[in-house]
Amino acid sequence: MPSDPSPVLNPLQPTGLPAAGSPTVAKGSEFDATKARKQSTLILRRFFRHRLAVAALVVFLLICAFGFLGPLFWTVSVEDTRSRGYLPPSGAHPLGTIQTGKDMLAQLIVGTRLSVQIALVVALGSTLVGVVLGALAGYLRGAVDSVISRFTDLMLIIPQIAVAAILVRALSGSWYTVAFILAAFAWMTIARITRGETLSLAQREFIEAARAAGAKTRWIIFRHLVPNMVGTITVNTTLAVATAVLSEAALSFIGLGVQSPDTSLGLIINENYSQITNRPWLFWGPFVIIVLLSLAVNFIGDGLRDAFDPRQTKVRA
Amino acid sequence: MIRYIIRRLLISIPILLIGSIAAFFLVAAAGNPIGELRAKPGVTAQQIRDLEISLGLDQPIIVRYWKWLVDFLQGDWGQSIALGQAKVDIFDSVMRALWITARLVVGAELLAIVLGVSVGVLAAVKQYSIFDYLATSTAFLMFSMPIVCVAVILKTYGIKFNNLLESMGLDRWLSTVSPAAGGFKGSFGEQVFQYTGTYLLPTLSLTLISFAAYSRFQRASMLETLNSDYVRTARAKGISQRRVIFRHAFRNALIPVSTLFSINAAALFSGAIITETVFGWKGMGNLLVQSIRTFDPYMLMGWLMVTASLVVVFNLVADIMYGFLDPRIRLA
Repeated sequence: MPSDPSPVLNPLQPTGLPAAGSPTVAKGSEFDATKARKQSTLILRRFFRHRLAVAALVVFLLICAFGFLGPLFWTVSVEDTRSRGYLPPSGAHPLGTIQTGKDMLAQLIVGTRLSVQIALVVALGSTLVGVVLGALAGYLRGAVDSVISRFTDLMLIIPQIAVAAILVRALSGSWYTVAFILAAFAWMTIARITRGETLSLAQREFIEAARAAGAKTRWIIFRHLVPNMVGTITVNTTLAVATAVLSEAALSFIGLGVQSPDTSLGLIINENYSQITNRPWLFWGPFVIIVLLSLAVNFIGDGLRDAFDPRQTKVRA
Repeated sequence: MIRYIIRRLLISIPILLIGSIAAFFLVAAAGNPIGELRAKPGVTAQQIRDLEISLGLDQPIIVRYWKWLVDFLQGDWGQSIALGQAKVDIFDSVMRALWITARLVVGAELLAIVLGVSVGVLAAVKQYSIFDYLATSTAFLMFSMPIVCVAVILKTYGIKFNNLLESMGLDRWLSTVSPAAGGFKGSFGEQVFQYTGTYLLPTLSLTLISFAAYSRFQRASMLETLNSDYVRTARAKGISQRRVIFRHAFRNALIPVSTLFSINAAALFSGAIITETVFGWKGMGNLLVQSIRTFDPYMLMGWLMVTASLVVVFNLVADIMYGFLDPRIRLA
């Protein structure tokens, strides 16, 4: 897969410059040719100029295609245990078989799909909860703020992976249970960030004007506050995807995450890591997919951050 | 300062108390040690009932919580009630596990901070140099690595390295299993050999992951301060480059990093869970996994309370660090 080996930064590329009014437009007739561009168009244009981020997006889409469209091309059933265990790679089993005789490639396809699904559910779910709670706390202040903030503090002092593992053991190891449990313990960061942004935004005149015009809290939060924080929220959601991929892998690795009959990249690593010396392909397959997945998502997040806030380029780590 | 610390510790008591209630109900709702016995054939209802009474599980949850809390505050953390295992004292086992994990984690974290901060500062000062590119891309790669894989790869190559040493007629150096009980023996040289062999690989796998986060953070915040007006003013006044970097920029650039440190404190234990599993250490991670497997409620409570208190302490340490780094942040 085309993993871009070039360094992380690409300073010579003018991603940081505001892309408005490109010179070709301004040349002809100065007044009527300058088309007004929507904010979203501008951001998208900036994002697509960021070559590394676009490459990462392609890698991410390829991994998704592998997981979601793979079964169309590789029709060996993941449940098929008729083959012998630990067969070396061959035409019938391009990545060999695992201990139980299941085909590794079929396992990888399902594992990739479920890992991606878990990561997306965790990222979207935790963002939704975090943004709503954070915005409520920051906008309403007072008692609501105290309750939500103390609750956030409370959730932050208990190690996420421990509580998640306890709940998974109690409930079940299906992919959506794991996803919901991880999401339930991942919203605190975004809630804090949203609260901070809301606190400062709520002081601005346009919010005051909206309130004076009689707008309800829900309207102000979703129509005025959230659109103004969309950059921060998007970037954090993207980064949450990467974190979720790694959390799921960690949880499944200690055997307290996704469990059979479902599978995931973490579980595949758990089942096969002892074979790293004798049958390396069983370990490196899921490993490469996990690393590419989280690398790609992190790069996309970085690209988005630059696209939303051009000033960020010079301080990007 | 001391008043501030005392006040902060007092504030954290209700949070820990509410946390303990939430944790107790969570652990109780998750299941109990005899849950799986019910499904077994040949176990009569009477036997289960007797067992419940002997373990105190027949009482209402509020009563159990209150009893646990009173005992806990008096230093009696109870005994493990997992089935099929010796009834060990919870305080002893949690503290033993904590000691094993702490020796590993504290060293690894300190190493990660020192390395990460220095690499981050260097990368920012020499922005866009080869060193910067190398450091930034390594950090980015490590940041996206599952710690599982780092540990497994290190362990595999550790074993290969040992085999190589053995084939050269030397002793096996790197230990890939739990440290031997009874400490290290022999002359000073031998002890150093054993110590480094035991700690090197697990420390490395923890350090590499934390290092990535620290160096990324440090580089970003260092660049921000280096480009700020007061640093330009300092340069314009003719202050030497070294003094500008260390006295003016570095100190302020450390502030965001100390936030990361407090967040990392909790995450460190989850990283240690994986590392301990791979290298077979009998620390906090191992204790957690075992207790969850057997639904050992009081052991889990002891574990959760210890880690939660540690997080509270680390947050306090980070806040005190802010005060030292930036005198404008008054701790009162």
